[in-house]
Amino acid sequence: MTATLDYSLVPPLGEPRPQPVPEAHETTLPNGLRVVVVPRPGVPLIELRLRVPFAARTALAAGEHTARGAVLSGAVLLGTGAHDQAGIAELLQSHGAELSISTDPDRLLFATTMLPGGLGPVLGLLAELLTDATYPDGPVEGERDRVAERIAIARSQPGVIARTALAARRYGDHPYAIQLPDDHLVMAVDGDALRHLHRERVLPAGSSLVLVGDLDPRAVTDVVASALAPWSATGHAVEAPPAPEVRPPGIDIVDRPGAVQSNLRLGGPAPGRTDPALPAVRLANMIFGGYFSSRLVENIRERRGYTYSPRSSVDHQAAGSSFLVEADVATEVTGPALLETWYELGRMALTPVTDAELDGARRYILGSMALSTATHAGLASTLSALIGAGLPAEWLAEHQRALAAVTVEEVQDVSRRYLAAEALTAVIVGDAARIAEPLGALAPVSVAEDQETA
Amino acid sequence: MTTAGAELTLRHPVERFTLDNGLRVVLAPDRSVPVVAVSVFYDVGMRNEPEGRTGFAHLFEHMMFQGSANVPKMEHARLVQAAGGTFNGSTHQDYTNYFEALPAEALERALFLEADRMAAPAITEENLRNQIDVVKEEIRVNVLNRPYGAFPWLQLPQIAFDSFANTHDGYGSFVDLESSTVDDATDFFSRYYAPGNAVLCIGGDLDVAETERLIQRWFGPVAARPVQPIPATGEPLPTEVRTAVVEDALAPAPALAIGWRVPDPIGDFDSYLGTVLLAEVLSEGDASRLERRLVHDDRIAIAQSSYVGLFGDPFDVRDATLLTTQVHHPAAVPVDRVRAAVNEEILRVATDGVGADELGRVQARTEAQLLRQADSVLGRTLGFAAAELVHGRAELAGELAARLAAVTPDQVRDAARGLDPDTAAVLELRATGGRR
Repeated sequence: MTATLDYSLVPPLGEPRPQPVPEAHETTLPNGLRVVVVPRPGVPLIELRLRVPFAARTALAAGEHTARGAVLSGAVLLGTGAHDQAGIAELLQSHGAELSISTDPDRLLFATTMLPGGLGPVLGLLAELLTDATYPDGPVEGERDRVAERIAIARSQPGVIARTALAARRYGDHPYAIQLPDDHLVMAVDGDALRHLHRERVLPAGSSLVLVGDLDPRAVTDVVASALAPWSATGHAVEAPPAPEVRPPGIDIVDRPGAVQSNLRLGGPAPGRTDPALPAVRLANMIFGGYFSSRLVENIRERRGYTYSPRSSVDHQAAGSSFLVEADVATEVTGPALLETWYELGRMALTPVTDAELDGARRYILGSMALSTATHAGLASTLSALIGAGLPAEWLAEHQRALAAVTVEEVQDVSRRYLAAEALTAVIVGDAARIAEPLGALAPVSVAEDQETA
Repeated sequence: MTTAGAELTLRHPVERFTLDNGLRVVLAPDRSVPVVAVSVFYDVGMRNEPEGRTGFAHLFEHMMFQGSANVPKMEHARLVQAAGGTFNGSTHQDYTNYFEALPAEALERALFLEADRMAAPAITEENLRNQIDVVKEEIRVNVLNRPYGAFPWLQLPQIAFDSFANTHDGYGSFVDLESSTVDDATDFFSRYYAPGNAVLCIGGDLDVAETERLIQRWFGPVAARPVQPIPATGEPLPTEVRTAVVEDALAPAPALAIGWRVPDPIGDFDSYLGTVLLAEVLSEGDASRLERRLVHDDRIAIAQSSYVGLFGDPFDVRDATLLTTQVHHPAAVPVDRVRAAVNEEILRVATDGVGADELGRVQARTEAQLLRQADSVLGRTLGFAAAELVHGRAELAGELAARLAAVTPDQVRDAARGLDPDTAAVLELRATGGRR
């Protein structure tokens, strides 16, 4: 074993081979739906993503909207004019498909894979679901009850408690403050509410459909246009209002008596996808805590053993992007773990990173982008997110060029703005009786009860 | 729908050879994307760890990332990631694996890293103490600090099986972990990490002749060591019901897991394939038997799933293993009602069988899932490696879609006849600390 690496022993990297550039064919149908077809050889599968804007109109409406959306995403599969629930499931399954439908504060997403012969029938069924979902009252009640139970289970997970608390603290009364709907709002959902929501919000204008597979773009676009022509509801997509940060000072502790770990979460704003500061922030994030080779992992995991998987990330939502730091640490080292995390943030903000750190982070981001778009499913999800954000597929290549040009000075500049501890809201879920006093030595502490155990 | 399985086999020819030190090598070239995956599978898993050393296979996996003869701590990660690659390792019941997915030009670097730690990992007191702390935090995140953390993978085997190999906690007790020594780790390495006890599998954008030359260069010098025969982990079939109740103070709602012994995944492969598809018939998607019965018709479950193999991969385990049905249900629904409904549905398959149309749909879905896994160079490479190590034939991974497509309704019916309620292991989780 050696203390320093002798680079002469390490095989050099060969010449990079060119990455295939995805060829995205985009069309807007008469009903307003944007259709993007990406021909790509490989496994005989087609990946489908349909993204429908689904933000709450106002902060006041967000609770009810989130509750209804949570039930709608399961209930849409309960029946159409032509198929009952079993008929829908069997048709999908016979083509190797299983439609997953999910909501988040920005959108409703329909996603599936399928065998190549299934494209026509699956699109036909999708059109039925979009135009003729019946939301039968009895089965909707069953789905509503299950959603309420699943939310209760989710709320018992410390990671969910922490995410919910951080969002509430950062976003105040913006819709993004609500991560999971309240039980009583879920239990008030019925078939009428879902039919109304679907009519009002499941609209082709503003929505986008991405298909990836060994496809002929023109022929497939014609198939889509014909299958989804009946989806003709009119109206405007709703996007979330701008999300201002509250940035309350101090540390919020959510009390979880007896917890053997503390869930440490920091969050603040980050540049959006079109902000020229984004490439530098993504690189700063990697160097700080975005991958295993980062400073945070080396410090609080590999040197001190406080935690298993500390990490930081840059996350984009339609109305605001975030820089996030997470670490689940042993209760007895909660204070020291936060101290070391702040130390590493301060180091990013006040001193330059090394050239080797910057080059490593850059190559990793470029390599992992190539890996994640090397499968049909990965490419479909990546493009759906981009196109849903109003960006062209070429954004990927432009972003790669921008990453290549970022300097050490730029990383330090953006770190001082976005990675400074001062810019980040702090929430810690854990046993307040054991962690509040030591954390109080670092910053003012306030303690809230976990709503679920209260 | 049976053609794609054959296509998959044809598109990924497999080359294999063995080095003088005993290392088995499998190459699965596919130059469609400029990505290569490198994996090393060691034939030692949770089932092979000695008594008093629960969790040691997993702890040792962590030690393999602590540096090696020519690679200081943290540099393994940096050399892979700064080349644009990703890496990880994982500990399973019957093997431990290490893998990287990288741009094709970084292939030789990954071979250097894997060979260096196959020859001499940095097993030091400082690294061991550090990783014991990290593993304890991993166990707290995944088991102790969350609801349903050990359910059912750590709890069900305790009643489903008899031998230490099959029943013990593969994550490890804190007592065992904390008392682990450098000597234990050195012995474990010497015994189980010999080149002759490993499979090196590389897939993706590679030239076979050039890659063989690089493998000889880096792995050829690793000294051969004797390889111990693998003790069989199969055990006699159960003859009676075994039940247990566990209390979960963090869980808001109860849950039930039922485990049935299934045919030998290696020795009785054809019967086993029927069992694998039975699990899909029972629980895959809204069209499945248990989803319809428990969730939609009777409304007695919040969620259900059935799977073969402790971690849900039926093709990377040896005997003995289980088909597990797991149900989360509302507190107001008595557990006996859930259990009776599950048994009735299985009896219905055992008595009436499944229709060819129903099985055909399930086979189409299974094929799509296998293809999706094979679309990723890493997913495909890990599949080939596990098939080589566990089944002795990497090619099997490419043939699975076709083999599953050939399973008949009778095989699925026979598999259901094997799920006898009178020899099942039944684990009931009671939610004791939640709101209700």
